[in-house]
Amino acid sequence: MREFRYEKAADPAGAVALLAGAPEGAYLGGGTNLVDLMRLGVATPDVLVDVRTLTSDLVEELPDGGLRIGAAVPNADLAADLRVRQRFPLLAQALLAGASGQLRNRATTGGNLLQRTRCTYFTDVTQPCNKRAPGSGCGAVTGLHRNHAVLGATDEGPGSPHTCVATHPSDLAVALRALDAEVRVLGPGGERTVPMADLHRLPGEDPSRDTTLAHGELITAIDVPGLPWAVRSRYRKVRDRASYAFALVSVAAAMDLDGSTVRDVRIALGGMAHAPWRATVAEDALRGGPATEEAFAAAAEAELAAARPLPDNAFKVPMATSTLVRTLLQISAEARA
Amino acid sequence: MTTIERSVGAGVRRLDGPDKVRGRAPYAYEHELDAQAVFVAIVQSPVARGRITAIDGSGAQAVPGVLAVLTHVDAPRLGEVVEELRVLQSDAVQYAGQPVAVVVAETSEVARDAVGRVRVEYESGDPDVVLSADRDDLYAPEKLMAGFETDSVIGDVDAALAEAPVSVDVVYETPNQHNNPIEMHATVARWDGDVLRMWDANQGPHNLVPVITEAFGITEDQLHITSPYVGGAFGSKAFTHVHQLLAIMAAKVTGRTAKLELTRQQMFSLVGHRTPTIQRLRLGARPDGTLTAISHEVVEHTSQNAEFAEQTATATRLMYAAPARRTTHRLARLDVPAPTIMRAPGEAPGMYALESAMDELAAALGMDPVQLRLRNEPDRDPERDVPWSTRNLVACLTEGAERFGWAGRDHRPGVREEGRWLVGTGVAAATYPTRRRPSQARIEAVPGKPFVVSIDASDIGTGAWTTLTQIAADALRVPMDQVVLRIGDSRLPKASGAGGSTGITSWGPAVVDAAEQLRDRDVPAGGLTVTGSSGPGDEAEQLSSHAFGAHFAEVRVDRDTGEVRVPRMTGVFAAGRIINPVTARSQFLGGMTMGLSMALHEEAVLDTRRGHYANHDLAEYHIAANADVGEVDIAWVDEVDEAHNPLGAKGIGEIGIVGSAAAIGNAYWHATGRRVRDLPITPDKWFR
Repeated sequence: MREFRYEKAADPAGAVALLAGAPEGAYLGGGTNLVDLMRLGVATPDVLVDVRTLTSDLVEELPDGGLRIGAAVPNADLAADLRVRQRFPLLAQALLAGASGQLRNRATTGGNLLQRTRCTYFTDVTQPCNKRAPGSGCGAVTGLHRNHAVLGATDEGPGSPHTCVATHPSDLAVALRALDAEVRVLGPGGERTVPMADLHRLPGEDPSRDTTLAHGELITAIDVPGLPWAVRSRYRKVRDRASYAFALVSVAAAMDLDGSTVRDVRIALGGMAHAPWRATVAEDALRGGPATEEAFAAAAEAELAAARPLPDNAFKVPMATSTLVRTLLQISAEARA
Repeated sequence: MTTIERSVGAGVRRLDGPDKVRGRAPYAYEHELDAQAVFVAIVQSPVARGRITAIDGSGAQAVPGVLAVLTHVDAPRLGEVVEELRVLQSDAVQYAGQPVAVVVAETSEVARDAVGRVRVEYESGDPDVVLSADRDDLYAPEKLMAGFETDSVIGDVDAALAEAPVSVDVVYETPNQHNNPIEMHATVARWDGDVLRMWDANQGPHNLVPVITEAFGITEDQLHITSPYVGGAFGSKAFTHVHQLLAIMAAKVTGRTAKLELTRQQMFSLVGHRTPTIQRLRLGARPDGTLTAISHEVVEHTSQNAEFAEQTATATRLMYAAPARRTTHRLARLDVPAPTIMRAPGEAPGMYALESAMDELAAALGMDPVQLRLRNEPDRDPERDVPWSTRNLVACLTEGAERFGWAGRDHRPGVREEGRWLVGTGVAAATYPTRRRPSQARIEAVPGKPFVVSIDASDIGTGAWTTLTQIAADALRVPMDQVVLRIGDSRLPKASGAGGSTGITSWGPAVVDAAEQLRDRDVPAGGLTVTGSSGPGDEAEQLSSHAFGAHFAEVRVDRDTGEVRVPRMTGVFAAGRIINPVTARSQFLGGMTMGLSMALHEEAVLDTRRGHYANHDLAEYHIAANADVGEVDIAWVDEVDEAHNPLGAKGIGEIGIVGSAAAIGNAYWHATGRRVRDLPITPDKWFR
């Protein structure tokens, strides 16, 4: 572990100023991922600016029935918030599907979105990884990639500086992506709002960057806009063991039904891509159509037609298909009940 | 006359429990906290085969706080040790993760940070790490581990199989698996002049003595290893590994107390693993289920630097009666770290295959799989042709079936569903050898004071602190509070290590023997010290001694996602006299849980291009979480095996894992109609 300084600021602006002057520094929230990466030598900040107590740790009402979630709200508190559980069940379910009770007590909402991939080539400094060591290649495409991306990845072969098949590990981010949440960010140039759609990026030709945030930008809150029909929503996570494992596939979905017709629908997939994957193809196929198993299956297959699996993760395509179909069937059954 | 209640058989709670939960039971790394210690970090090769062509520690040496960098060029030379332990002795690289240097520094943080500053260049070749039954370089080892013959053949097996009216011919695969005790391997070493003082996490200090004395050219009197508390081991701490030698080297070079604790990641390359296996099972039977032939052929791996030949098919030599029988073992020598023992080496993977094949045979026969096993119960050990000391498999199967509610089971697969869950049940048998090893014990008696019982036994979490105290109290005819037990120290009377489920059968009789020498003797005012001993006797040749058991499991499979759940398991064991029902239950429970973990979760994945275990941490190498373990019902039948040892006990540390994976795999088939013949049964396999 590299030696580092530990700094605290009086307010968010002070923290932003501190990090603006420290090009190799990092913000410290709950530390549940960053500290692990520091111990592994994967993250090597020279300064940690502790922001855990600087941003809000409250969940507040927005005028449209939505919620503003302070960046410092612990995952456990957010999952237990009655308004979250009633208005956005998929959000509470996603949080409770992640990590362990201890980690959820410690992890913050803002930090959850900025987790790094758990790809074992990323977390092992002796292995090639374009995300950790740009230009070093990708060990995963020819090695262990059973739980890697099948959508939106870059695979130009193991030696290419562009290749990255990592997935984003957050469950919360998948639910927020389905809900069209917006991330409020404070940077050296002031405040801005980043839609969840634009926060995480696909690897493209630069796998080193997970998000579109610039160095020193601090997440202060997340706005979840009101969506009355999200009361019927679900987060279904498929994993290798009953708890404490990252998603092989996850589905965040909400559906608005008019009788047996899909009036509107939101679907995001986790465990499938470098970013939470909004299933717009499936949504478009479903909107205005019948809420039937056949229609759900056709929409899922249309979405996954873009999948480019590797030898050991091809199972994700049928797994995502059947999990999505079942989740939509459960929501529609709930709506009819 | 006073009446003393017997302690053996009582459900005494763990004597070391209160100290452990209060943090007062020091583990290896927690010793010598006041010493001005130095800390050792290991530089590991990312290359799996090749040679070091250049190595330069100057960058690391320049880091403030770094005291020494040791490489193969300048590390202390070791005496005659086996090849896998010749650490930092040559430029050869034989597996990914092999230590190529160590950094010794004032703090562990500085030492670890400096690891990345040691520059190493390699000449490397493509690693050869893929096990296959088709390899042309498979060979038959001279012997298997624990001295078993490599092959066994009785009768004309191929002819019997060809003539059998009903048969199965199937191949099962089990993956690389790694021991992951909670306590990482740790060593504290210091040279007091020419005496080497160590505090170490191991399965018996005496196990380490021959290697370390030889490696560093010292006598037994010059070595003192203390290991009172060990946070789990499962076999990975049974033998000397390279980290212990590296810590001793660092202490020698710096003249200070050296501390080395492996990282979780390092445990995947430096302390062994369970070999993967490819097992072909062929069973022939008459229509009534009587077996006519059993063939069990095993392919497994070992490393370039060691021959570790796991005894995978040896349980098949004794489980069932059949006139024609064959077991074989073949090894591939690969560019992998040396394998080692992992809870029930041999029996755990081997009985998974045999008991799965028995289930497949029952299905082919249209027979209840419990009845198939009862039909083939042998009167004597079928290959050694000697009587059993005790064999109560039938009682385990019968009582297990009763407890589990097996009667009336519809044996057809894939016909039960509850919502989206497919539901099934499965059964498998278990066995584990009963053995004992030479051990000595000493008892010091002083009038008016508790007896001090000393033996270099080891409690790796099994409950030995408690059970040995119970045994000593009964042998001395005193209450337990009149016994002070000392274990885990190489200066105590030499005893066998904690392994092979031999602890109680080896240590217990030695303690009893010492106690019997005190009986009817007057203890003089100045006190009296006696020594007892125990070891294998004629029973090893004249009898076949094994524990037996039966597992039953219910499995649910989500037809949308392939997720597998095990809501309940029943295990019934015939394992001799149970010394302490509380700690025994924990042993069975731990074993069954580890078997569940083997069935559904555990697999260390070798990167075939780079040669390393790629999922080398607990985030990616999955072990069953609490949420995976449902109701676990545990029972044992009344059995006392005094033909084997005077306590009538058998080992209980390993039998819980044996067969439990097969019961779950069989239940998966019963639920779904699909056989998964390669463990673990992960959700992706539903989508094949």
